[in-house]
Amino acid sequence: MTLKDVQMVLDARVLVGEEHLDREVRGACGSDMMSDVLAFSHDHAILLTGLTNPQVIRTVEMMDMVCVIFIRGKKPDATILQMARERGLTVLETDHRMFNACGMLYDAGLRGGH
Amino acid sequence: MDDKIVFTYDVPADDFSRAGEASSDVKSKLKQLGTPPDAVRKVAIAMYEGEINMVIHANGGTITVEISPRQVRMVLRDRGPGIPDVDLAMQEGYSTAPDEIRNLGFGAGMGLPNMKKYTDEMHIETELGVGTTITMTVNL
Repeated sequence: MTLKDVQMVLDARVLVGEEHLDREVRGACGSDMMSDVLAFSHDHAILLTGLTNPQVIRTVEMMDMVCVIFIRGKKPDATILQMARERGLTVLETDHRMFNACGMLYDAGLRGGH
Repeated sequence: MDDKIVFTYDVPADDFSRAGEASSDVKSKLKQLGTPPDAVRKVAIAMYEGEINMVIHANGGTITVEISPRQVRMVLRDRGPGIPDVDLAMQEGYSTAPDEIRNLGFGAGMGLPNMKKYTDEMHIETELGVGTTITMTVNL
């Protein structure tokens, strides 16, 4: 699956990184606790979260993840978007809630890590 | 042969939005040095968790990173309250972080366990009221 597929499945808006939508996605993690995300290992993964602070971008950076999706219409501020841009990440925003967003991606074939 | 590169960082206290800047810098330096991606990620995650801990629990401190051909060694030294029970602190899910920290996405009790998980060696020296020094090594 590519980021473009993820965007379509979630009806998501692209906030940053439209040029990277052809990147491959191999796993996903949904959490508002960044340490739980940091315990997870998966290459080419994406993060779904309702948390909007700069540590979300740092967590994604440390994990070599490719994309963060802010769920239930959460709006990241300009600093967060700028940080994502500098790191070559894609940022999506969807109105779906966490459980549904994860379920939709799971249904589309995406799996969590271990 | 001892071609070691050393970097030192000050971790400011109570500046949550900047926490992680040092780890981010080390990560890009390791990448530039051509360090294998897997090792870069291990160092980045372990140091990031430690850096966050220093900001949340310990009024900041200093981090020294030594990069040699065989390993990356990180020494995180803080002036915090110390850890009363290290075994307990190492348990997954155990946390003393207040709710306001949990609302920021940390304090799940995974910090120290993650640091151990991603490093080849980890040593904690702590004294109540004086501070904690954590030394971690990732082999290359």
